[in-house]
Amino acid sequence: MRSYDVIIVGGGPAGLAAAIAAKKEGVDNILMIERDDRLGGILNQCIHNGFGLHTFKEELTGPEYAQRFIDQAAELNVEYKLNTIVVDISKDKVVTTMNRNEGMVQYQAKAVVLAMGCRERPRGALNIPGYRPAGIYSAGTAQRLVNMEGYMPGKKCVILGSGDIGLIMARRMTFEGADVQVVAEVMPYSGGLKRNIVQCLDDFDIPLKLSHTVIDIEGKDRLTGVTIAEVGPDRKPIPGTEEHYDCDTLLLSVGLIPENELSKQAEVEMSRITNGPLVDESLETNVEGIFACGNVLHVHDLVDYVSEEATAAGKNAAKYVKDRYGAEAGKAGKVIEIKAVDGARYTVPTTIHLDNMEDKLTVRFRVGAVFKNSYIGVYFNDERKQHRKRPVMAPGEMEQIILKKKDLEAFEGLETITVKIEAE
Amino acid sequence: MYDIIVIGAGVTGACTARALSKYQVNMCVIDKYDDVCSGTSKANSAIVHGGYDCKPGTMMAKMNVRGNELIYELAEELDFPVKNNGSLIVCTVPEERGKLDVLLQQGIDNGVPGVRIVEKEELLSMEKNLTPNAVAALYVPTGGLVDPFNMCVAFAENAAVNGCEFKLETEVTNIVKKDDHYVIETDKGNFETKIVVNAAGVYADKMHNFVSEKKMKIIARRGEYLLMDHELGDYFNATVFPLPGKMGKGILTAPTIHGNLFVGPSATDIDDKEATNTTQEIIDDLVYKAQHSYLTKDVLPMGKVITSFAGLRAHEANHEFIIEEVADAPGFFDAAGIESPGLTSAPAIAERIEGLVQDKYQFPKKDNFIAKRKGFIKMDQLSLEERNELIKKNPQYGNIICRCEMVTEGEIVDAINRPVGARSMDAVKRRTRAGMGRCQAGFCTPKTMEILSRELGIPMTEVRKNVKGSELLVGKIKEDL
Repeated sequence: MRSYDVIIVGGGPAGLAAAIAAKKEGVDNILMIERDDRLGGILNQCIHNGFGLHTFKEELTGPEYAQRFIDQAAELNVEYKLNTIVVDISKDKVVTTMNRNEGMVQYQAKAVVLAMGCRERPRGALNIPGYRPAGIYSAGTAQRLVNMEGYMPGKKCVILGSGDIGLIMARRMTFEGADVQVVAEVMPYSGGLKRNIVQCLDDFDIPLKLSHTVIDIEGKDRLTGVTIAEVGPDRKPIPGTEEHYDCDTLLLSVGLIPENELSKQAEVEMSRITNGPLVDESLETNVEGIFACGNVLHVHDLVDYVSEEATAAGKNAAKYVKDRYGAEAGKAGKVIEIKAVDGARYTVPTTIHLDNMEDKLTVRFRVGAVFKNSYIGVYFNDERKQHRKRPVMAPGEMEQIILKKKDLEAFEGLETITVKIEAE
Repeated sequence: MYDIIVIGAGVTGACTARALSKYQVNMCVIDKYDDVCSGTSKANSAIVHGGYDCKPGTMMAKMNVRGNELIYELAEELDFPVKNNGSLIVCTVPEERGKLDVLLQQGIDNGVPGVRIVEKEELLSMEKNLTPNAVAALYVPTGGLVDPFNMCVAFAENAAVNGCEFKLETEVTNIVKKDDHYVIETDKGNFETKIVVNAAGVYADKMHNFVSEKKMKIIARRGEYLLMDHELGDYFNATVFPLPGKMGKGILTAPTIHGNLFVGPSATDIDDKEATNTTQEIIDDLVYKAQHSYLTKDVLPMGKVITSFAGLRAHEANHEFIIEEVADAPGFFDAAGIESPGLTSAPAIAERIEGLVQDKYQFPKKDNFIAKRKGFIKMDQLSLEERNELIKKNPQYGNIICRCEMVTEGEIVDAINRPVGARSMDAVKRRTRAGMGRCQAGFCTPKTMEILSRELGIPMTEVRKNVKGSELLVGKIKEDL
């Protein structure tokens, strides 16, 4: 069996950044595996701009952003396979792949970086009643059809869900001459970025109806219409608020789910909140030598943060190969737990091995509702150590705090770090 | 002039056609849909019923028990997936315990092999996830699971290989009785035939009533289902039923042969025979039942629901199968009122029709009848070596199209190019499971469309979900600018 030091599963933005970082850390024997026919992942269909503001301080399209990383990977001679699917990852890091030319091949890895991304929540998961005609697409599928295949999935659209892809597709379909009538969002706030609501809906006079959902789907062959109704605080439709829209297309942008089927095969422990692996300060999972980053770990809204996170995962995987692989003892030293409470839904990571921590650690999290003029509070045990005011926090925008190793070391008896949202 | 026209390419029609294709007959199956298995046959519980709950002495009881025997044999001969996992009819209310004895006696009277009552302790050892409220259950060892799509496709393919024609997307608009034959009028022209087999499902009454003075009524009784992710596929071993009620076998929680778990079906009589829509009321009720440990130990996680769907039972007012030559229409054979346990009974119904036809017409047997059929290659069920061998021969088997169900390009191309091959996305889905998984075709839709377009030699804009009018794309971009 051929062996590699690090195998990176996925050649999208997370996989690319992880592979580059691992190489830069001095581990040469790495392999990146991509199921599609090109590197770049979902960025290839994101032809709109707005990528890279943080990383490159300029506005790039998705493919341009990806290309910067693809070029770097090429310069560093990162070995990769295209059109190759990983069918299994075992707990002892045997990676089984399949493609047209080589058939099924198994590789032994010392470390694995999970970078498989996420998938869209389908209509079926929402239990929307009605028929099941043609013309119902998840927004990402429609995006692929329009941007990569050059086809129009429909001409008169309703969009359910205000996730970023849905917002982007509202504008994209409008550009292509479709009539986008309305975006309905079941929650009282949008799931997407504020800037996308302004640039994709407001600029084109597309109404966003918050606290609204689709309650009926009509059309036996092709979609002919949907009924939208307002929902109460229990998210149940309010009788009498029904509105009918004639349409041939319903796009769904109702959430993204990390694709962790392979992680589960490798017995990686999952968070019930993010649907991604539970990781420590190295972005390492409970399975030693298996790391996770990007949307497979938790769904991001900005690719810049995916790249940043994946860089850390790649670097840590390389360090693991150099320093810890084969060593009998696991990570030494004290373990500190990070908890999310009071409005903070989760954190990534959830644990810190203090000895293994770098000088600074970025902890990312999301809030569970919209908070205005509130504070992010960070507690070491019961003592508040950070208190930062944020004018607006929303579930659609990821938040972060920075922890400094010296602060953690200085705090005697530190067991738990708690992140919470506070009114004052 | 045909010898036989079978109306309806559902499991009853396809299985009957297959049975009659043993003989030297000029036969054709007509269906208004684009594919076989597009009506009741495609949306049901996919269960091989034991036959414990049919009223003793009825045609339904006979067909069910005989069908149960035949289905396992046919699955071998025609290579479609079945699994003999057993059924449990669980009593959860001590006062209703006596109903199990009634069911047991019924099962014995119907000749269901091996039926017995299992008491709580044994029951909970058989099913660790069963509700602790379980009192006892009727165990039906012959109960099983079947892939209803591939069962129907297997019959159709084998019938076609043995010379039966299939006219799909052909809707029967009228049947005219002549002296010694029938004229089947359709939207694609008229066809003459000596014998008609009416396997038209919810429309069996319409077909019957074209030729008979003794009118029949078939009521569409809708059943809605929630289907859950593979993660829950091994939740139960057996198919777990509640005690039956007035409208049917009740809402069960059962594994499917593909390793999903489902909750359903409801039972609502409706007027529109095409109304396969789901409704808020019923979905809410199914969710409620799944969340209130109705048959299960746990609250089933609703986040694991991947889809909901509805099917229509072809319910006859007397809740009985009508499988006979119509008294005032010689040569016209009804297979009507085929609701649950219709899927299980299909082979027995076919056998009975074959008998009725042969008693009257004595068609000579073909000497070149091909009894066996090779089913679809299931890549994910092969060993690494077997897969490598296959990929070496045909690299398309190395190209995954549907990630969720791990379906390869080779399987999809095979589904399209077989006899009575797939012509639409749904037809591909039913044969291969591409698009049936947790992402519900989010990723594989564009790829499957490309394969259909390439293999059928049609533009992408003509690729359909199922029937005409269900095209997935409306044109190319920039066309209207």
